[in-house]
Amino acid sequence: MDTIDLKPIIEALIFVSESPVKAEQIAEALDVEKPVVVPLLRQLCSDYASDSRGIVLEETAGGFQFRTRPEYAEWVRRLSRNKPFRFSRAALETLAIIAYRQPIIRAEIEYLRGVDSGGVLKTLLDKHLVRILGKKDVPGRPMIYGTSRDFLELFGLKDLSGLPTLKEFNELALEAPPAGDESP
Amino acid sequence: MPYDIKIDNFEGPLDLLLHLIRKNEMDICDIPIAEITGQYLATIDAMQSLNLDIAGEFLLMAATLVHIKSRLLLPQSEDDLIEAEEEDPRAELVRRLLEYQKYKEAASKLDSRPLLCRDVFARKFPSPELAALEEDEFQSVGLYDLVEALRGLIRNVPEACYHDVTFEQMSVTDRINQILSQLAGKENLPFGDLFTPSPSRHEIVVSFLAMLELVKLRMVRLLQNARLGTIWLFPAVAEEHMAGLDFDEDVLGYD
Repeated sequence: MDTIDLKPIIEALIFVSESPVKAEQIAEALDVEKPVVVPLLRQLCSDYASDSRGIVLEETAGGFQFRTRPEYAEWVRRLSRNKPFRFSRAALETLAIIAYRQPIIRAEIEYLRGVDSGGVLKTLLDKHLVRILGKKDVPGRPMIYGTSRDFLELFGLKDLSGLPTLKEFNELALEAPPAGDESP
Repeated sequence: MPYDIKIDNFEGPLDLLLHLIRKNEMDICDIPIAEITGQYLATIDAMQSLNLDIAGEFLLMAATLVHIKSRLLLPQSEDDLIEAEEEDPRAELVRRLLEYQKYKEAASKLDSRPLLCRDVFARKFPSPELAALEEDEFQSVGLYDLVEALRGLIRNVPEACYHDVTFEQMSVTDRINQILSQLAGKENLPFGDLFTPSPSRHEIVVSFLAMLELVKLRMVRLLQNARLGTIWLFPAVAEEHMAGLDFDEDVLGYD
């Protein structure tokens, strides 16, 4: 296999995959070791990043996926005639709390937000952005929640360590633009 | 004292409090509780006068604020003085506000990321096999779909405006046995095929009851492959087993 250039093959494999492909999957398909594939994947990523292309190769949700560049979103939407979706502030707040504090139970989310979060939690579960990790061993056996793979994929995160670091506040921040109202 | 109140969309009491503190440029570590309580209550009043639904949480926070205010007003007891460092009654609220602010900020940061299907797009692979599979995927029929199917049938039957004396018509039991024989040897049967081209009201009702009875007896399963799509009857037990069963009117309790 040494004589064959694996890079274009890897490119093809990523191209046909519906969801992010893991380095392990590629290695298995090519019948090589993972350490052979990983540097080639990195090369491909930087190839796409450096050329003036409409798409980039991104590492997301533990795999690799071709994605369009954010600056071309408007044109892609024009072709697909899709309206950009928007998260409600309640959904974003709840997702953020779950993402940073998981495993977490509903009562803790509600204490942090100060409002009932049953409805928004159900929506997030229905959209598969949040999943049930188990039940907590306390009276009432409440469900424990965490974020899902779809969450990483949606927000373009490699894994949970890729979440932006939480800013600790000792005083009030200046008026921040409210989440959800930002134009894409 | 009149307050100038603008009703924004607040996510909750913490959000509203943060907004008030910020608007008045108060020091979060030394919140003037009397002032903030007054403004908070005035905002809630304004929301109520606009007929906005005030969630219980807003009222709970109002109670908390008033409680903190009263604790600050009371002279400290000697016991408290002995405990040198008594916690400021506002401390927990401040902690919650700062914590809430942290996640509010995190939420806005998450939202500013390039989101899949909003800012960035990936290929969707329309695999033909998968598409076909989806179409054939059966789901169980909901109660409302069943009712809708029954109504659709009845709608087509003209209301009889005369009194019609007839001999005894088909019973539910007869119909059950008929449906079973219709189903025999088949993989499934569309709901519409249970009925003759222009069924009478009686036939519709009896057939429908017979079908429900079969479902109840777990002999037939009702499935459909799209919402409001055709409803299919599937035999739920092995055929040999079905053939051996004989329905007796007494068993079913219909006449």
